[in-house]
Amino acid sequence: MQTPTEGPLYLAAGLRLPTNWLDYTILAIYFVVVLGIGFAARRSVKTSLDFFLSGRSLPAWITGLAFISANLAATEILGMAANSAQYGAYTVHWYWIGAIPAMVFLGLVMMPFYYGSKVRSVPEFLLLRFDRAAHLLSSILFAFAAILIAGVNLYALAIVVEALLGWPQWVAIVVAGAFVLAYITLGGLSSAIYNEVLQFFVILAALIPITALGLKKVGGWDGLTHKLTATHGANFTTAWGGTGIGHVNPLGANWLTIVLGLGFVLSFGYWTTNFAEVQRALSAKNLSAAQRTPLIAAYPKIFIVFLVMIPGLVAAALIPKFGTAGSGYQYNDAIPYLMQELLPNGVLGIAVTGLLAAFMAGMAANVSSFNTVFTNDIWSKYVVRGREDAYYVGFGRLITVIGVLASIGTAFLASSFSNIMAYLQTLFSFFNVPMFVVFIVGMFWKRASAKAGFWGLLAGTVTAMINYFVFYKKGIISIPSDQGANFVSAIAGFVAGAVVMVAVSLFTRPKPAEELQGLVYGTRSPGMSEPPAPGDEAWYRRPALLGWGAVVLAAACYVPFSF
Amino acid sequence: MSDNSHSDRHEGFHYSEEDVQREVTELEGKSATAARIFDLRRIIGGLFVLYGVIVTIAGITDSQSAIDKAQGVNINLWTGIGMLLLGIFFLAWLKLRPTPPPLPPVGLPEEKQGD
Repeated sequence: MQTPTEGPLYLAAGLRLPTNWLDYTILAIYFVVVLGIGFAARRSVKTSLDFFLSGRSLPAWITGLAFISANLAATEILGMAANSAQYGAYTVHWYWIGAIPAMVFLGLVMMPFYYGSKVRSVPEFLLLRFDRAAHLLSSILFAFAAILIAGVNLYALAIVVEALLGWPQWVAIVVAGAFVLAYITLGGLSSAIYNEVLQFFVILAALIPITALGLKKVGGWDGLTHKLTATHGANFTTAWGGTGIGHVNPLGANWLTIVLGLGFVLSFGYWTTNFAEVQRALSAKNLSAAQRTPLIAAYPKIFIVFLVMIPGLVAAALIPKFGTAGSGYQYNDAIPYLMQELLPNGVLGIAVTGLLAAFMAGMAANVSSFNTVFTNDIWSKYVVRGREDAYYVGFGRLITVIGVLASIGTAFLASSFSNIMAYLQTLFSFFNVPMFVVFIVGMFWKRASAKAGFWGLLAGTVTAMINYFVFYKKGIISIPSDQGANFVSAIAGFVAGAVVMVAVSLFTRPKPAEELQGLVYGTRSPGMSEPPAPGDEAWYRRPALLGWGAVVLAAACYVPFSF
Repeated sequence: MSDNSHSDRHEGFHYSEEDVQREVTELEGKSATAARIFDLRRIIGGLFVLYGVIVTIAGITDSQSAIDKAQGVNINLWTGIGMLLLGIFFLAWLKLRPTPPPLPPVGLPEEKQGD
């Protein structure tokens, strides 16, 4: 849901970058290091817990940066820049209201239940809180979505690499797939996480020069807003301008659907129940580090918006009618266009490396969460149970290979039927919403019965899909844009899931209280009472302070964009 | 070992929180990540020092046309220096607070090393 690309990425022809040997040297060094991390992490894999969850032993700064990096995939970077070129400063909503509150909620409220119950995945929590039906449904939905999203990432990478470097699509798909396959199969989650942290710094080194030079070219922030106000109107550089209910704005959403649909339902669904994110926190070394994982990630998230929004705005200011048919550019071209225009060889190599790294990290996050859910939640619980631990490590490696091959297949499929992928991406943006409603009701309402989980999940998913694909697409209700429809569908799915859960709970037997210890708000499990590690009492490591600090900072960031 | 303990007594498949707690605690005791994983700070530091040197040299030797392209800014030089400083920061952090030695293998499962 965090990536508002209008379907798969398309880049204009004629964006070929003037890369030379220097840029390719920089890229080659990165690929060598990525593989090296895989080989070096291999010796740390002894148990299935090492392979799937890094042995629950990583420090908070690493899991925190991996948490943000798993989200900062290239589809997100190019997509958010495109979003800014199209809708303007509304993009800040995806960060400040559409991410920070949910990340803080995950860290402060939900993490004690996730980490303290020692579950190894998000579906496993549903197994403990509800029943096998809810568990199996959520596991299968997640596994399916993860592979398809990994495939979409791979396909997007192929398009970008073809446009920028001139490699044929299949070469890019096979090369990137092979590298991701190699390093995850070797080192498991540890090497996925280590590479994500590395990618975080490389992509910053790529985006900061692009943003700085882009701003210089348009005459600073003042020059930028001046130009955009003249061409796009005054609302284009504000966060809330034109979002009154009944007003018309390009986003097709008003302040209420932004706050409820994006800020609450979609955002909380994505950040708190998407296992590709939550897995990073579950690999932390203790409860305090797990809580701090999304909180540490929140701070870079607040500021990264400037590094993707400003290039998008600059592109919109520099080229008349950027993104529309006459300009020769698509919205997605914003960052590649600035790379081509502004970066000399050297930094250009860093930028290309950063983009490729971000694509691979986005894919790897999905593959590493897929293999965990498939092995731990589907295979070891329903297919082959009770084998020795080494068997599941081996199976995890095997399913990684199968998962990557399936993603490669999806990517090739996408390259022939690209509009199908646009549909699928929208489809999966709805899966997290019913997951979130099931979690929130299950965690805060003891009475929610075991059966309610499955039916809530099903009802929410089906409702969101019907609202989007039938009511909106067939024009039964009128919403001006896909984004606006997305927000409304999310709200509908949330409400339907909640109503069905309450109704089913009232007619079925509640779960006995002793089976809910540590799973429902107000109860505790033995895992939650572990004493803080030495040093964790330091004020700057206190989760509450970190979390509320991020909320206040995000709110303060709104001020200059609101008046 | 860790897994047959629950399967042989639960034919009806009831998977409770105790099962998860016990299984994961046991695996945590045998986990090798904490003891054997290398320190990431060394990799980040090394890569960024290398990139920093390469890009800084590119900046020093840049032609006027490269500088003109970047709006008159020697962007390679600035980015190179920035990356070099980041690399040095990670290596210095590693030097000042080195990786703690791994705990003896028979340590209590919940006892993890500090950072």
